[in-house]
Amino acid sequence: MSTIQWPELIIFVLLFAVVTVLGFVASRWKAGDTLDHLDEWGLGGRKFGSWITWFLIGGDLYTAYTFVAVPALLFGAGAVGFYALPYTIVAYPIVFLPLLRLWSVSRSHGYVTPADFVKGRYGSSILATLIAITGIVATMPYIALQLVGLESVLRTLGFNASGFLGHLPLLIAFVILAVYTYQSGLRAPALIAFVKDILIYIVILVAVLYLPSKLGGWASIFSAADAKFDATPSASDGIFLNVNNQLQYATLAFGSALALFLYPHSVTGVLASRGRTVIKRNMSALPAYSLLLGLLALLGFVAIAAGTKPITNEATGRPDGNTIIPQLFAEQFPSWFTGIAFAAIGIGALVPAAIMSIAAANLWTRNIYKEFIKKDASPKQEAKQAKLASLIVKFGAVAFILFIDPQFSIDLQLIGGVIILQTLPAVALSLYTRWFHIWGLVAGWVVGMGWGMILLYNIPNPASGKAHFGGSALALDKIDLFGWQPFIGSTVQIYVGVVALAANLVVAVLVTVVARRMKVNNGTDQTSGPDYHVDEHDKNLRAVGVH
Amino acid sequence: MSTGKPGGRVSGLVFSPWNLLLIIPLWVVITPLYNFEEPRLFGMPFFYWFQFAGIAVGVLCTTAVYLMTKDKPTSRTGQPESDVDELDEGSAR
Repeated sequence: MSTIQWPELIIFVLLFAVVTVLGFVASRWKAGDTLDHLDEWGLGGRKFGSWITWFLIGGDLYTAYTFVAVPALLFGAGAVGFYALPYTIVAYPIVFLPLLRLWSVSRSHGYVTPADFVKGRYGSSILATLIAITGIVATMPYIALQLVGLESVLRTLGFNASGFLGHLPLLIAFVILAVYTYQSGLRAPALIAFVKDILIYIVILVAVLYLPSKLGGWASIFSAADAKFDATPSASDGIFLNVNNQLQYATLAFGSALALFLYPHSVTGVLASRGRTVIKRNMSALPAYSLLLGLLALLGFVAIAAGTKPITNEATGRPDGNTIIPQLFAEQFPSWFTGIAFAAIGIGALVPAAIMSIAAANLWTRNIYKEFIKKDASPKQEAKQAKLASLIVKFGAVAFILFIDPQFSIDLQLIGGVIILQTLPAVALSLYTRWFHIWGLVAGWVVGMGWGMILLYNIPNPASGKAHFGGSALALDKIDLFGWQPFIGSTVQIYVGVVALAANLVVAVLVTVVARRMKVNNGTDQTSGPDYHVDEHDKNLRAVGVH
Repeated sequence: MSTGKPGGRVSGLVFSPWNLLLIIPLWVVITPLYNFEEPRLFGMPFFYWFQFAGIAVGVLCTTAVYLMTKDKPTSRTGQPESDVDELDEGSAR
C-alpha cells in the first residue's frame, strides 16, 4: 500500500460521517404516516418541493462518475469529451413536456416506475417486463461506475493496493450507504444531496477560479492542450472537432439527452416531486449544473497544462485515467482543501448510487415481484421487498467492481445508454399516442437492442487494444443492412444509440401497421386523456401511500 | 380501428404555442456553427464559450415557457364550469 495522505483522509472521513448521520436522520424528515409503502420509501412521499427536487435530480444526474470521467475524457481525447455540455443543454427542453405528462399520469394512477406506466397504458405484462428488465440492466453498471469514481478518490488518498485489500475501503463505504438507504429510502439521498452539491459547488468554483490564474490563464491552458494533442499520433483528438467526429459529437449529445430521463433513477427523482410546477421550475433551474459540468470538463485541459499524470492502478498495472482530477486537486491544492474536494466526489458517488439502487429496487418490486411472484403483495410487503432488493442491487454493483476491470465497467455504462434508449418508443412516445401496437413495440425493442449490441460488439478500441465494445462511435462505413452498405468508405462517425433507435422505430412502425391490419388485440388502456394533466391541487386527486 | 378510446374521445392534448420555444436550444448540437477558434473570450476558443452561452439560451427558453404557461389550466377539472362542485367541496381545495 502506498503512503496514506493523512490530512486529506481525516477530512474525508469526517465529512463522510456527517453524511452518514444525515442518512439515518432522513427517515424522520418530512415523514408520512408510515415508511411501509413504496410511495414513502421509494418516492419520499411524492411531496418534494422545488429546492429538494433540484438537489435530488441534480444529485442524481451529475454523478461522481461525471465529475471524474468527463474531465478525464477531455484530458485524453480533447473536444469530443465536451459533448457532455450540449447534452445537458438540450436534455431539459426535450423532456420538459413529456415529463409533465408522465408525472401527471403516474400521480393519478399511483405508478412508481416507467414500467408501471407501460403496464397501465397497454395492459401487457410482456412489454412492461421488458421495460423493467431493461431499466434494471442499464442501471446496474451505472451504480458500478459510481464506485469507480469513489475508488479513484480512495486510490489517490493512498488506498491503492491490489486484490481484496484494495477494495476494502470501498466496501466499508458501501455497507454504510446500503444500511441507511435501507432505513430511510429516497429521503436519505435527497437530504444528503444538499451537502454533496454545496461541497461540489465550492470545490469547482474555487478550482476554476484559482487553477487558471495559477497556470497563466485560459489562453495558455488551451495552447498547452493543443500542443499535447498535436504531438499525439492519433488523428481523432484535438481541442476542436474534426470532419469525422462532428456527427458523433452531435448525435452523442442528442442521443444521451433522449436517454437521460428514460433511466429509471431520473424518473424516480421526477415522480417524487410535488407537482407540475416543481418540475417546470426545475427544467429551467437544473442547467445551473450544466455550467458547473462545463467548467469541470475544462479541468481536463487544466490538468494537461499542470502536467498531471494519472496514477497507475496497482490492480491492473495500467494508468487509471479516472484519477486525473483527484490527482490534479492533490497536487495543486493544500491538503485540507484536497480533503474537502475528495469528500465532495466521494459523497457525490453515494447520492446517485442510492437513488439508482432505489429505482432498480422499485422496478424489481413492482414489475417482477408483484407481477410474477406475489401478485397480492400488500403495500407493506412491497416496501419490505424493495428494501431487500436495494441491498442486493448495491452488492451486485460492488461485485462488478471486485471482479471486473473498471475500464470494462465504463464500457458497460456506454452500453447502458444504448440499452435504455430502446425503451423510448414504449415509454416516451406512449405518453402522447397509443397508435403503436404492443407487438410493434416489442419487435422494435428486440431489433434495436440486438442490432445495437452487434454494432457495439464490433467497435474496437485501438487505445486500449481491445477488439470489441471499444466505444460508442460507429464509422458510417460499418453500417450494413443485410449486405447493403449505404455509406461505404465513409469514416464519419455516429453514435450507435441513435442508429439502433432508428431501427427500433422503423420496425415498431412496420409491425404496428401489420398488426393493426390484422386487428390483433392491442390490450386495454387504463389511462384516459385527463389523467395526463392532473396537478397537485386538483380535487379528487389520488391519495399518496394507498393502493 | 381499435384505438382503445371508445367514441373517439380526444386525447386531451393541451398545446400552447409558447412550447415551440423549446426547440431553440437544440441548435447547440449543430457543430459546424461553432467549431472554430476565433473569436476568443478570456482566452477561451469560440467552440467552448459558445456552448457555455448555449446554457443561457436553454435557460431563457425553458423559463419563458414555464412563466407563460403556468397560469393556463392543464385540465378540464378545476375550470370555471365546476364552480358549483367547488362550493360543495370547498374544503377540498
